[in-house]
Amino acid sequence: MSGGGIRPATSFTSAARETLKNRTLRANLGFATRTICAKRERVVDEIEDWQATRSAGAALKDHALANLEENLLLLEKQVEAAGGTVHWAATAQEAVEIVAKIARSHRISEVVKVKSITSDEIELNDSLKKQGIEAIETDLAELICQLADDSPSHILVPAIHKNREEIRQLFATKLGVEIESSEPHRLAEVARLHLREKFLTAKMAVSGANFAVASTGSIGIVESEGNGRMCLTLPDILVTIMGIEKVLPEWSDVATLMRLLPRSSTAERMNPYTSVWTGVTPGDGPQEFHLILLDNGRTNVLDDPVGRQTLRCIRCSACLNVCPVYQRVGGHAYGSVYPGPIGAILTPQLLAMADENANTLPFASSMCGACYEACPVKINIPEVLAYLRGKTHKQPVELAAFQVAYWVMSDSRRFSAALRGKRIGASVASMFGLVKGWTDSREMPEVPAESFRDWWRKRDR
Amino acid sequence: MTAKERILSRIRTAAVPREDYFRTETPVQPASIDLFCERVADYRAIVHRVSQDEVSATLNRICEGRRCLVAADFEFVIEGAIADAGFTHAELVDFETTITSCAVGIAESGTIVLDAGQGQGRRAITLIPDHHVCIIRADQVVSSLEEGLERVMVTRPLTFISGPSATSDIELVRVEGVHGPRKLEVLVVKA
Amino acid sequence: MKIQLFITCLNDALFPRTGVATTEILERLGHTVEFDPRQTCCGQMHLNSGYTDEALKLAESWLDVFEGAECIVSPSGSCVANVREMFAHMGEWTQTPGLVERAQAMDGKLFELSEFLLKFGGVEELQPYFPHRVTYHPTCHGARALGLSDSPEKLLRLVEGLEFIELDQKWQCCGFGGTFSVKNADTSTAMLEDKCATIWDSEAEYCVAIDNSCLMHIGGGLKKQGKAPKVIHLAEVLASRRPE
Repeated sequence: MSGGGIRPATSFTSAARETLKNRTLRANLGFATRTICAKRERVVDEIEDWQATRSAGAALKDHALANLEENLLLLEKQVEAAGGTVHWAATAQEAVEIVAKIARSHRISEVVKVKSITSDEIELNDSLKKQGIEAIETDLAELICQLADDSPSHILVPAIHKNREEIRQLFATKLGVEIESSEPHRLAEVARLHLREKFLTAKMAVSGANFAVASTGSIGIVESEGNGRMCLTLPDILVTIMGIEKVLPEWSDVATLMRLLPRSSTAERMNPYTSVWTGVTPGDGPQEFHLILLDNGRTNVLDDPVGRQTLRCIRCSACLNVCPVYQRVGGHAYGSVYPGPIGAILTPQLLAMADENANTLPFASSMCGACYEACPVKINIPEVLAYLRGKTHKQPVELAAFQVAYWVMSDSRRFSAALRGKRIGASVASMFGLVKGWTDSREMPEVPAESFRDWWRKRDR
Repeated sequence: MTAKERILSRIRTAAVPREDYFRTETPVQPASIDLFCERVADYRAIVHRVSQDEVSATLNRICEGRRCLVAADFEFVIEGAIADAGFTHAELVDFETTITSCAVGIAESGTIVLDAGQGQGRRAITLIPDHHVCIIRADQVVSSLEEGLERVMVTRPLTFISGPSATSDIELVRVEGVHGPRKLEVLVVKA
Repeated sequence: MKIQLFITCLNDALFPRTGVATTEILERLGHTVEFDPRQTCCGQMHLNSGYTDEALKLAESWLDVFEGAECIVSPSGSCVANVREMFAHMGEWTQTPGLVERAQAMDGKLFELSEFLLKFGGVEELQPYFPHRVTYHPTCHGARALGLSDSPEKLLRLVEGLEFIELDQKWQCCGFGGTFSVKNADTSTAMLEDKCATIWDSEAEYCVAIDNSCLMHIGGGLKKQGKAPKVIHLAEVLASRRPE
């Protein structure tokens, strides 16, 4: 299950059926998401006008996307002026090839990685491995996933599905260290010691990017543990893979982003560390820097006037935490490195609405709207879900049922006739889809003796 | 067609309509030193509020008995502290404490920003040793993120620090201290 | 006020009692209530299931029926949200001329029942009486899309004899979601189980909401699990009176 990618192996429905059976997972997730949601509310309430701040974030991202070509070209120019090299990758495969080529040219067989969902999206680790290059995850949760040969299940906390005891056992088996307690601080200490040697000797690091600033050519990474700083500072070579939608026009725009991101993500006023660098700096940090600008389906999303708001996403994961579906099925059910409500709209669009399994994702929502309420850049996820549902291919049986329902509802005489007398029960059951899927867990409602319109007609007389 | 041409032509085809966009001027507000100190301390960093005269004594006290590193152009004198002479990463491991100044402090978020300016040194020296002591003058503290961004040299390597390194990766329980310095002390020097 | 009832297809077919109660409340408050039998469905079910073309046509028919009304009241937060939010969205998606404007013209004219009652007042005069322990589930479309939050609870607090119990985890969706409840029945059921558990734990006799679709799901779940609490629409609680 390692690696990741964005192509679900099955439909959401059947994947969820499996993950729902895991009661431990549901308990771990329920506890974790409740905790973080409560914390988030506290730091959001602290902002005087959170709604205006969200609107500012949405407007900024829309502006950046409307000028994407200029922003990317300026970014390229500025990064190169500061001594970096810019590469463009239209597909995942192209991006992987660029990373591998850089490593090969320096005869490097081991790279350290800053947590990057973009690199998981392109299945970088598995692809590098095939070419004899070992990628070592340094974020604690990514390390846990890597050691467990498990895929991430959350954007921010990839190992959210594991509890402390599971992690203690994993470390004991895989790292060969006896750990007397499963206290999180002890487990973190084990990871610190394990990775220190790697940081000090690594020749090359691979990272994602939280933002780039076109006007200055600067790249930013937002993190908590310091593994990011280690990777961005100590190796000789740094390769950053960034989705093209992450570019912001101006340095001052970073303030808007940073007011929204940590609060929505880790539920903090500010994350412990944010690193920003521009090309290379003599005597400080890597002396060779490569920026890979990745499309991999993002321009599909950009091309759709309704769907393009999806590209505002800053990968905070607030929508996952508040989502009642995510809370129960967990990230793996979405079959993509982008789980939860944002994944339900992003994954199928990245695949150009052409992947049958990914097209089941827009239906993985009760449309409760909690995601939209939490989104710091106001992506109207329920709207996009409804819109994308309209773009999916329908099963013939279902299609026929909805056509019949439409035929009835599109004419008030037919509708009135359907609700008259004894017909009402059968009509209603078929019209509202109250069939097998319903009655497994719910009783049918009692069918009334007469419809409202019949009551009204009699009363009117 | 190169990948670059393919991507750019697809962006052009999408033809996202442009709308007017205005950046609002950031009002410059007097920064609250109390708020800054409170928010830095909130991250479980240790905050000392000292007068100019007390700086050297306080630093000497913090560093006593520790192998201490400072940037080559650090402005205060600390007994026994060693100036960065381009040590290798392996050599930096042997230092327990690094003392630096910083570019700006942001009250809104309790953040200090290092931009490789005077007294701050290169990034590795505030990363490898386990204990970072940072000095900030009251007049370096600004109220908002916007004002903070204006005060740094953006093209130099920047590190925004809000408390010691931390993780919440295990059951979302916050643990201070993973890879970065596990202990952060901030000296706020009164005007 | 002259009020046109937007009863919704589900209430019309399965929950006429809610429609009767709504009529009764509005008439007792002195309004003239009308029901245009040309109304069928606002198209939410089709939209929600990905049948945008059909939903669009149903939306246009809905507007044909209701456009002339000066005030429209509906005992469904979800259907009102569909008209208020999704009609305009559909207009934008499909570039249907005039649809956005026609949908926007409903602003200030179309109300969900509790919203109407809180805005224009008078519920005290009805002297509602419902001597039971009651909890309230804020259904998602009413609470979030219409922005009603938990304001309908205020109306319940005006009911004589009613003992109000706050529902734990009340903002959690019940798992209905229209087509979701059938298409992703396992996930829907997992959400339903948790909702039923909190209702059961509240020790309420009734769970009240402003949407019969969610209540049909919750009530069906409680019944299947053999649990005692019953579900009832807010309109029926407010229309209840002390026996003569």
